[in-house]
Amino acid sequence: MASDRIVRVLLAKPGLDGHDRGIKVVARSLREAGMEVIYTGLHQTPEQIVEAAIQEDVSVVGLSILSGAHMALAPRVVELLKEEGAKDILVTIGGIIPEDDIPELEKIGIKGIFGPGTTTEEIVEFIVNNAPKD
Amino acid sequence: MDIAERVLNGDRRAVARLITMVENNHPEVRELMRELYPHTGKAHVIGITGAPGSGKSSLVNKMTGEYRKRGKSVGVIAVDPTSPFTGGALLGDRIRMQSHATDKEVFIRSMGTRGSLGGLSRATSDAITILDASGKDVIIVETVGAGQSEVDIVNSSHTPIVVLVPGMGDEIQAIKAGILEIGTIFVVNKADREGVERVLVDLEMMIDLAGYGEDEWVPPILQTVAVRNEGIKELVDTIEEHMKYLASTGGLDKRIRDRVRAGLKDWIREEGVHIVLNNLKEAGEYEPLIDKMVKREVDPHTAAVDAIKRVRNR
Ligand SMILES: Nc1nc2c(ncn2[C@@H]2O[C@H](COP(=O)(O)OP(=O)(O)OP(=O)(O)O)[C@@H](O)[C@H]2O)c(=O)[nH]1
Ligand SMILES: [Mg+2]
Repeated sequence: MASDRIVRVLLAKPGLDGHDRGIKVVARSLREAGMEVIYTGLHQTPEQIVEAAIQEDVSVVGLSILSGAHMALAPRVVELLKEEGAKDILVTIGGIIPEDDIPELEKIGIKGIFGPGTTTEEIVEFIVNNAPKD
Repeated sequence: MDIAERVLNGDRRAVARLITMVENNHPEVRELMRELYPHTGKAHVIGITGAPGSGKSSLVNKMTGEYRKRGKSVGVIAVDPTSPFTGGALLGDRIRMQSHATDKEVFIRSMGTRGSLGGLSRATSDAITILDASGKDVIIVETVGAGQSEVDIVNSSHTPIVVLVPGMGDEIQAIKAGILEIGTIFVVNKADREGVERVLVDLEMMIDLAGYGEDEWVPPILQTVAVRNEGIKELVDTIEEHMKYLASTGGLDKRIRDRVRAGLKDWIREEGVHIVLNNLKEAGEYEPLIDKMVKREVDPHTAAVDAIKRVRNR
């Protein structure tokens, strides 16, 4: 029997802002690209996101953070994934991320960082090319 | 320790990974499932189906809360449709199940229906086996019940539940034929809305017409407001009652036998097709046979029966 792997992506909105239009557009585009997208909704804590990522066995976690709290939330997600032994999961962020913060986020292992100007095509392409294949 | 042993120890990552392997038809899966099988059959499996947006996930969320209060661990499998065009899927059931996101005694898994006929029931059936092996006391499976295989999944649970909502006009008519027949419990959710009475009357009439016998289980009709946690305790009480009924009447044995029978048939179909086709291909007879059928020299049924005979005589 052949193995037919489908990329599974968890999309989550940690923190307090309630704008989920963008993340829903991304979710639909990823589905159009043939992926399974697990959307967990608004106001997620890093603990909830990481537990969902484990249970859903995703290879990609996409965070949408518009509240400005990315420097607190994103490293926490990466750290918890590491604690769970799931550091192979690709973590990306979309949102309002100032240029100055990017090097710090990249240093902790976050790979796709998508600012306001990013098109959904760019995000889909990045995930297609960078989702870990095990 | 191999992944099956880790599943038996309740390791969440192993459970999650093995379900993925099942979904992807990973070559090592059959061997691992064989290791797990003797350790399963302990969980109470509950199926829940109903129209899109009827509140199934919200109900599952609240039922999970109630079972946790009663000291039971819970596994959830939430099935959503895969796009037939792209193979992708949007799996959104978790949005309503966040109350238990960090409870280690609750394991929630979203699954796409993916392509193949029969493949879905095999994958969910394996996922149930895996959660069962990992020690979950209760396993709840949610599907929209759009296709036959989704209905079959719910029907093969111990306790199939059908969810309806008021205010859609001809509710009963709107529900796909075949779904109402499988309900052992009917839930009228969104009972905070107009039109509850009408659904209740329609359901009662339907159950009346079905003419249940003296000591048969007559499907109870319950009202819930999932978002306000109303009617949930009664629902879980009724599910437990149904399980007791099954256990005391031999109905449980029958359900188990039916499920095992269906599983055997699924696998014979799957493996049998492989064996016969491979035999034809290895003998170099596959394409020539197709040619013959295209030219109308032999019909497909005769061709199939002959091919099976050949394997048997080998
Ligand atoms: N008024 C009211 N709304 C409810 C109730 N239960 C659920 N809802 C709402 O109905 C909507 C759909 O709920 P879900 O739980 O996602 O329904 P579902 O059947 O799982 O939906 P799908 O999985 O998409 O088919 C949500 O907005 C819920 O908040 C209820 O008892 N009363
Ligand atoms: Mg749902």
